[in-house]
Amino acid sequence: MTQIIWDGLFVGSFYALIALGYSMVYGIIKLLNFAHGDIYMLGAFIGFVMLTSMGGLPGALGIGALLVVLLVSMALTGGAGVLIERFAYRPLRKAPRLAVLITAVGVSFTLQYGVSAIMGSNPRSYPVRLEGDVFDVLGARISLPQVLLMAIAAILMISLNTYIQKTSTGRAMRSISLDMKGSLLMGINVNSVITRTFFIGSALAGAAGVMSGAYYGKIDFMMGFLIGLKAFTAAVIGGIGNIQGAMLGGLVLGLLEAFGASVFGGEWRDVFSFVVLILFLTLRPTGILGERVTERV
Amino acid sequence: MSGSTFKSQAPRRMGPVAAKVSGLLESKYLGWIALAAALLAPLLTASPYSLNVMTTAAIFVMLAAGLNIVVGYCGLLDLGYIAFMAVGAYTSGIVSRAFDLPLFFTIPAVLVMTILAGLIIGAPTLRLRSDYLAIVTLGFGEITRITANNLAVTGGPSGIYGIPKLLTFGDFSVHSPAVFYYVTILIVAFFVLASARLGKSRLGRAWRFVREDEDAAEAMGIHTYKVKLMAYIFGAVWGGFAGVLFASHLTAISPKTFIFLQSALVLMAVVLGGMGNMRGVVVGALVISLLPELLRDLSEYRYLAFGLLLVVAMVFRPKGLWPARPHEDERTGAEPQTAVDAAVSRGESR
Repeated sequence: MTQIIWDGLFVGSFYALIALGYSMVYGIIKLLNFAHGDIYMLGAFIGFVMLTSMGGLPGALGIGALLVVLLVSMALTGGAGVLIERFAYRPLRKAPRLAVLITAVGVSFTLQYGVSAIMGSNPRSYPVRLEGDVFDVLGARISLPQVLLMAIAAILMISLNTYIQKTSTGRAMRSISLDMKGSLLMGINVNSVITRTFFIGSALAGAAGVMSGAYYGKIDFMMGFLIGLKAFTAAVIGGIGNIQGAMLGGLVLGLLEAFGASVFGGEWRDVFSFVVLILFLTLRPTGILGERVTERV
Repeated sequence: MSGSTFKSQAPRRMGPVAAKVSGLLESKYLGWIALAAALLAPLLTASPYSLNVMTTAAIFVMLAAGLNIVVGYCGLLDLGYIAFMAVGAYTSGIVSRAFDLPLFFTIPAVLVMTILAGLIIGAPTLRLRSDYLAIVTLGFGEITRITANNLAVTGGPSGIYGIPKLLTFGDFSVHSPAVFYYVTILIVAFFVLASARLGKSRLGRAWRFVREDEDAAEAMGIHTYKVKLMAYIFGAVWGGFAGVLFASHLTAISPKTFIFLQSALVLMAVVLGGMGNMRGVVVGALVISLLPELLRDLSEYRYLAFGLLLVVAMVFRPKGLWPARPHEDERTGAEPQTAVDAAVSRGESR
């Protein structure tokens, strides 16, 4: 029981990290960024290339070097997110929604098969595998890397929350999500704030990518597809556009999935979470923390 | 609203050559010419390989015609369209093997199952925002594939094989490749024609109204939910029948066939061809399915190229490479699209 809860929370913190990017972008420009899951994949591959070129991790500075790789990958995936926004989404900001959605599918496709063309389509195994002591807490087996990764995820999420609540850029983000035109008239540089949003969201996804590569040890060019869907589900559960909601949604989805898998069997795990998504969208499309939106269509 | 998306389509001056080409493309005989070309193609090359490629392309055209109803006419993004093909293929495969029937007689069961699938996925989600719909359909596509992978009745990961033939009269079987090709072409031609006619019907006009401005359509008395559900069901039926043809063509189906990549390829055919324009969609489908056969050497880069092309096409031509022409404007001589244009720009600036 405690094992299921712990596993759920662990997977859920990955979902939460990725869901944040979905939710931020959606909150600000009402765009469903299908390519977000592939940014996660891109992050995993950037980390892979860096670690491989370093020839694995020297044992002594294991965690420190991994953190540096993590930060560099975050910067690079953030940059990729900015480029995608600049060249694919910005020209279409006022186009019909269908065109934007199709563009997002195109970007996702480009990222997947771009990586597949460069790195090959077979799964790669990560040069680093986080292993550590396992200890028992209330009957759950908890390993040191799990604690470490969850701590990193928590730090990233808390600092993001502070950033959005306390800084002027964060205030600008919140005001754009309420009313883009009004913010423009109030002297906010909307484009630069949107750029920053994409940078942060993509960097978080990139961090999740490196972390999952280092933990699970296997990456491939389609790895972002399913987790992107799950992260979107998490964002919807929490209330899309709501930052705290995305974190909560990630953890809730992780827990639901862990319990669902233990009841119905592991092979139904993905089906179960999509059914949860459809139920949520039908019964409470605004999610747990979302406010009622009057907007239609 | 920058005017680029919905620029009013004033008649342009064209040179004589361009006018001739344009006249040919808009000719009402174009469909018959294409059908004749498809029927004569085996006279040029009838190797098993080329027949196989052409049959597959024809089935792909049918899928694109079905998705065009949903995406092109009605403006609903469906990212799991291949699921309907899976439903059709699996239903016909299971029923025909269970009762030892030729595939042709499973059509009623396929019809029921695909309509059910369309209702199950459409009914709860079509009230939602369009981008939610997109992701739900993506999830639905995955659910279908994983379910087929997990259940025993669908044969699990290895799928169903040894599917009976489409139709057998004593010794004469329609399963010799050439005969099957002709049968496929005729069925596909019928469905393409039917969806083109549907687009011009009362329902088709309602679809386009919903696509351009859902609020205005609702205000004009169109039951938008019902109309969207109809688009969904028609799309599902088209996909299901394509699935029957597919099962009959390959005689074996497995979950690996129905991955997201396939949905994305059908979507690309519709989008690149020109959403809502049946001729464009057929051309798009032929290009998407035949191009990889011609460019075998570049196979690693073809999906990358498709993805880039999709982005570029949307940025520069958001209505597709060969968009539907507003026929009503010519007939009534009214100012083209101004009302819709204004309504859309109001809607977008919300």
